[in-house]
Amino acid sequence: MKLTHIAACIASCLAFGAHAQVSDNVVKIGVLNDLSGVYSDLSGQGSVIAARLAIEEMGGKVLGAPIELIFADHQNKPDVAANLARTWFDQEKVDMTTDFPTASTALAVMEIAKQKNRVTMPSAGLATAILGERCNALTAQWTTNTYALAAGTARALVKEGKKSFYFVTADYTFGHSLEKDATEVINHDGGKVLGVSRHPFPGGDFSSYLLKAQASKADVIALANAGNDTINAIKQANEYGITRKQVVAPLLAYISDIHSIGLEKAQGMYLSEAFYWDFDDKSRAWSRKFFEKAKRMPTSAQAGVYSATLSYLKAIEAAKTDEAGAVMAQLRKMTINDAVIRNGKLRADGALVHDMLLLEVKKPSESKEPWDYYKVKAVLKGEDVYPAPNPACAINKS
Amino acid sequence: MFDISMNALMAQLLVGLINGCFYALLSMGLAIIFGLLNIINFAHGAQFMVAAFLAWMGFAQLPLLLGPEFKINFWLALILAPLIVGGLGILLEKTLLKRLYHLDHLYGLLLTFGIALMLEGAFRHFYGISGLNYDPPELLRGGIDLDFMFLPTYRAFVVVFSLAICFITWYLFERTKLGALLRAGTENAKLLQAFGVNIPLMITLTYGFGVALAGVAGVMAAPIMQVNPLMGANLLNIVFAVVVIGGLGSILGAIFTGLALGLVEGLTKVFYPEAATVVVFVVMALVLLTRPAGMFGKEK
Repeated sequence: MKLTHIAACIASCLAFGAHAQVSDNVVKIGVLNDLSGVYSDLSGQGSVIAARLAIEEMGGKVLGAPIELIFADHQNKPDVAANLARTWFDQEKVDMTTDFPTASTALAVMEIAKQKNRVTMPSAGLATAILGERCNALTAQWTTNTYALAAGTARALVKEGKKSFYFVTADYTFGHSLEKDATEVINHDGGKVLGVSRHPFPGGDFSSYLLKAQASKADVIALANAGNDTINAIKQANEYGITRKQVVAPLLAYISDIHSIGLEKAQGMYLSEAFYWDFDDKSRAWSRKFFEKAKRMPTSAQAGVYSATLSYLKAIEAAKTDEAGAVMAQLRKMTINDAVIRNGKLRADGALVHDMLLLEVKKPSESKEPWDYYKVKAVLKGEDVYPAPNPACAINKS
Repeated sequence: MFDISMNALMAQLLVGLINGCFYALLSMGLAIIFGLLNIINFAHGAQFMVAAFLAWMGFAQLPLLLGPEFKINFWLALILAPLIVGGLGILLEKTLLKRLYHLDHLYGLLLTFGIALMLEGAFRHFYGISGLNYDPPELLRGGIDLDFMFLPTYRAFVVVFSLAICFITWYLFERTKLGALLRAGTENAKLLQAFGVNIPLMITLTYGFGVALAGVAGVMAAPIMQVNPLMGANLLNIVFAVVVIGGLGSILGAIFTGLALGLVEGLTKVFYPEAATVVVFVVMALVLLTRPAGMFGKEK
């Protein structure tokens, strides 16, 4: 009797003790993304579902405290994102925010999160600017970035002897970032860039740029844009018969984009991704769970939200606190291996360096089921495709 | 920057002309509606989008629902979708728009803008944002190898067909008895009604016709762009500039300005693509500075 008494006391004390290390007695995850605009298919509600799957996997609790989820539409506007984040930090007790399909929103929220000592984990926010001058120690760019994407695809093409490139670039931060990063890799590997067309966003009709790209006789037409722009550019490149003589390479294409274009037009293209649902047993098992809820296969951005949330919660568990600095330190100690990320190591500047996939879009005849879209050409080692630490980031100086 | 061959320039001009055809079709519809109803139809882009979706649904969804014999091909869609969209337009005019004629322009603008947002939201909810693929009809696939470029057959068809529609509409409005009545209605509706013309019916049908023109453009755009809920919204900004430049309410103005701006935009895309969207508005500002009523508009 006495013994059980003591045991019960110890158990409750332990539970209470653990509880005390979670601020506000709740761990709250905030998914901030585009729920209604151009990036709602690649992030949107799917990212919310992904975060929920991570929370379920933890049993809904960490260190005895409940895990809650909140989400909102940042409309791809940095000011909207900043306002939402402020409310979340001040009133909603949000500990970590994730997703950010436009990098400018991530940059805005990172800043505020730093002041309030909260963690930011961009999944769809891909610009390398996040690792640059405005980097901070409480941010982890989780899924991938423009450099890793560009490096994977461009390097593979140069290696195959396709050495001259023409860029069709979306004329804003993200497009410039992709173009710059790819150019760096192309020049380094002995290829050359013959020309660039920077188009307004959104682009609509790409005929003019495609004809210029065709006239340049470049081996590769690299698309440094995203979403509907990429889709329309590929569709129209087919229309003009360009794909017969030149390679069209989207530097960023989510599986939702390929789904929309269809294999008929997309076949044979190379692209890089952090995640493909049909890569191994782990990714397949998780993706099927996701599919049941979302009725679509996850994009890498959505899968990244799952991985970021899960890793964040596991780090809290291991660090025995949800204090932002301690959780980040714990994340840096861990090697991330889950259904999404392979061999991930979080660098001091916030880059999660992990293995990327070089994919080739299947021919319609090779695809056995819906969403069976890619052949994995190669697994690219993280250290080969991620950018070197940017000297502009203060963390890299110390 | 200017190291471009004659051939390449020809190709780019042709591409500009193709886009210009869409601008012309859309702005003509807007001009007609504004001319008679005094309504700035902000739902025009959404109506364009709905027609593209109808074409896609008829091709991809209807056969699944009702059986393969109900597949609506492109040619049928080119007739049916504008009729349906035009019909919906008539419904909208009968139930909502007609209540606003005695009020300021702003109310019509707000109503149609709200309707556009609702339509876009609804389609986004059901079909997502990435867009759906719609292929050109069998007959128009492939291309013609002109000396200076490879012209997809479908694009050639777009040019010919839109120019034909533009001409027919212009003829209808400027050279027929019906057109004369419509123009008279634009000048002074009350007086015309006193002569025994059924003005409310005329207004309803005109709105339906203007919307149907957007529908024609929508079906024609489906094989070129992905069919997605925002396809019209993206175009509408430019189309409004076209209408303003051409002169509100002028059909000929809308046609010529649409084509001309397509060319101007095409050339900008070659020499300085960054300014491709802006150039339209620069032209608009210049025209408004020198001719406040637009190129073809009459000052009242």
